[in-house]
Amino acid sequence: MRHTISVLVENKFGVLARVAGLFSGRGFNITSLAVGETMDPAISRMTIVVDDQGSPQIMEQVEKQLNKLINVIKVQDFTGGESVDRELILIKVKTTTNTRSEILEIARIFRARVVDVSLHSVVLEITGAVDKINAILNLLTRFGVKELVRTGKIAIARS
Amino acid sequence: MKGAKLFFDCLVKEGVEVMFGYPGGAVIDIFDELDNSPIRFILTRHEQGAAHAADGYARASGKVGVCIATSGPGGTNLVTGIATAYMDSIPMVAFTGQVPTSMIGNDAFQEADIVGITRPITKHNYLVTDVNELPGIIKEAFFLAGTGRCGPVLVDIPKDIQQAQTSMTYPNKAEIPGYSPVYTGHPKQIEQLAKAIKQASRPILYVGGGAVASGAAEELRKLVAKTSIPVTTTLMALGVFPETDPVSLGMLGMHGTKYANYAIMDSDLLIAVGARFDDRITGKISEFAPHAKVAHIDIDPTSLKKNVRVDIPVVGDVRRVLKDLNKIVKPGQIGPWLKQISQWKKKFPLTYESKGDIRPQYVIEQIHKMTGGRAIITTEVGQNQMWAAQFYTYTEPRTFLSSGGLGTMGYGLPAAIGAQVACPDRVVFDIAGDGSIQMNIQELTTAVTNSLPVKVAILNNGYLGMVRQWQELFYKKNYAGTVLVGNPDFVKLAEAYGAGGIRVTEKKEVVPALKKALKYPGPVLIDFRIAPEENVWPMVPAGVSIRQMMSGLA
Ligand SMILES: Cc1ncc(C[n+]2csc(CCOP(=O)(O)OP(=O)(O)O)c2C)c(N)n1
Ligand SMILES: [Mg+2]
Repeated sequence: MRHTISVLVENKFGVLARVAGLFSGRGFNITSLAVGETMDPAISRMTIVVDDQGSPQIMEQVEKQLNKLINVIKVQDFTGGESVDRELILIKVKTTTNTRSEILEIARIFRARVVDVSLHSVVLEITGAVDKINAILNLLTRFGVKELVRTGKIAIARS
Repeated sequence: MKGAKLFFDCLVKEGVEVMFGYPGGAVIDIFDELDNSPIRFILTRHEQGAAHAADGYARASGKVGVCIATSGPGGTNLVTGIATAYMDSIPMVAFTGQVPTSMIGNDAFQEADIVGITRPITKHNYLVTDVNELPGIIKEAFFLAGTGRCGPVLVDIPKDIQQAQTSMTYPNKAEIPGYSPVYTGHPKQIEQLAKAIKQASRPILYVGGGAVASGAAEELRKLVAKTSIPVTTTLMALGVFPETDPVSLGMLGMHGTKYANYAIMDSDLLIAVGARFDDRITGKISEFAPHAKVAHIDIDPTSLKKNVRVDIPVVGDVRRVLKDLNKIVKPGQIGPWLKQISQWKKKFPLTYESKGDIRPQYVIEQIHKMTGGRAIITTEVGQNQMWAAQFYTYTEPRTFLSSGGLGTMGYGLPAAIGAQVACPDRVVFDIAGDGSIQMNIQELTTAVTNSLPVKVAILNNGYLGMVRQWQELFYKKNYAGTVLVGNPDFVKLAEAYGAGGIRVTEKKEVVPALKKALKYPGPVLIDFRIAPEENVWPMVPAGVSIRQMMSGLA
């Protein structure tokens, strides 16, 4: 099962390596990772998406060990819980005179922003939850995706 | 003030009395200040020795041990010692020199990313990048090493930081936002535990190193005085409860006593106290203590429910939790259980064949007798370690020092040196194997030059005996790589180092040799030629239920 884990950490060098080490040491592959400062520049938040590879107990252990890291202040697992999440992607899609309008129409429906246009491609910016992102990716694949860049998921607890 | 001088100021304020280590280019500035400080420095002959000596000092004294090494190979030589301390949760601060900050990452001469290397084997570690942060980091390092679940902390100090000037001073307090160990157990949980004790008819206390670390020996005795619950300890906790007590079951697990393992398997309430259900304890985990309700007291929440189900978890410092428990606990009805246990103790004592060659068990019994059980015993790893655990009767905590978690051969001699520094008035014995002793034998020099009269008892079987035992039992006696042909003449070797050397080839010489060794004014090594193929019994093969103990003698 996929877990979305939100980790508050001290904003210091080496912290990322400590956090990542807990996953890599167990052979867990991190699906995505987003890091940024919080309102307090001394504290950063990491949002980590990781698959527990069928061992939720091991995941529970990893989360306890995350908590045990000296530079980690708080750990929350948002899986199945009360949170909102978003991801931002930039996608460069091949265009021809024939396909351009259809692509732009898809973009409009999904509220994607066109951030760059050239003769043979268009770059779209899309924000949304995983379902929406997957849906638009599905639609755009057949036109030919030249490049895809994702921020990784970020999540916040509902109030 | 120069960083290097400030370094010593901080250590002195922290109450450090002794530092074990080895110099080199990247710590030369620190060593340059050594003579201006009141700290005693003990030069080992290998950095691994320095780390183990700091660890032995910490285990014997309960204080934080300190060691230091240069960059690159100095740091990497510390690694085994740091990992040993980490696995056994021993408070230690290791300092390393590092190449100047401007050269880090350039493959500079004697550069190794020691912070990266030791990340998974330290409780925490630091690279100092600004001399103004040095005192705060040292404060944090000692605070982290010696509080909560203790462990080693490494501080890597680049050469330019040691040379830089600063006006910073040592802070009084460390403040770490993400670090706040829970010391007091939840009263509801403790009440539940008391209730379970009242209701249980076959309870057992399974006590580990956490009880030693938290200084819980006295509270544990009180608890047993109130409830009569039988006690078994892990290798890490030998002595925390007197083995002379009728309800002491000695050690449990792979080479534990039959009665301890039987008691675990039949118990209806298993109270784990500062122990972590290691695989050498539990055997096949799914069959461990099948009828028992499990209570687990530990300061480290990650230890709880890690590999067994726990019905009553109590997060907290073992000593404090036991103290709170003792205020409310009432004994249960366990008469028949105690009777059963004393029958097991009578029926399945630890025993050995005493005919013929010198038996290692006999040697250990004699060491116990002749030191009045007052010695500090360190061990190497292998059969020697298990015999030392089984046949010496421990009655005080911090008198059995052994690498439990990592099983590091070469631990015993440097650890004995550290223990002797911590406890100058006690007899310190390293019970060694002929294989292990050669891993850090150079530390005999350290003992000699520092007048540390440690005694080394080599149980010389001419084999890497514990591995040979496995080969005998499970690999059709294929003694590949375990025959120690070409062992040196240990007596001559000891003498070459300036220590005393005694060889013992017959049983009747054992006692006189020990007498001589105990009288000998300096370090002394005794080469006991023991029965070469003696095995450690009982034994639970790896991965099977601890009920299934093999034994050599019925
Ligand atoms: C550094 C290290 N290398 C290898 C081992 C594996 N090992 C465990 S016990 C043992 C044999 C130890 O031989 P010796 O010191 O002679 O002790 P004995 O078992 O014969 O008493 C070995 C090789 C280890 N524990 N530590
Ligand atoms: Mg041997």
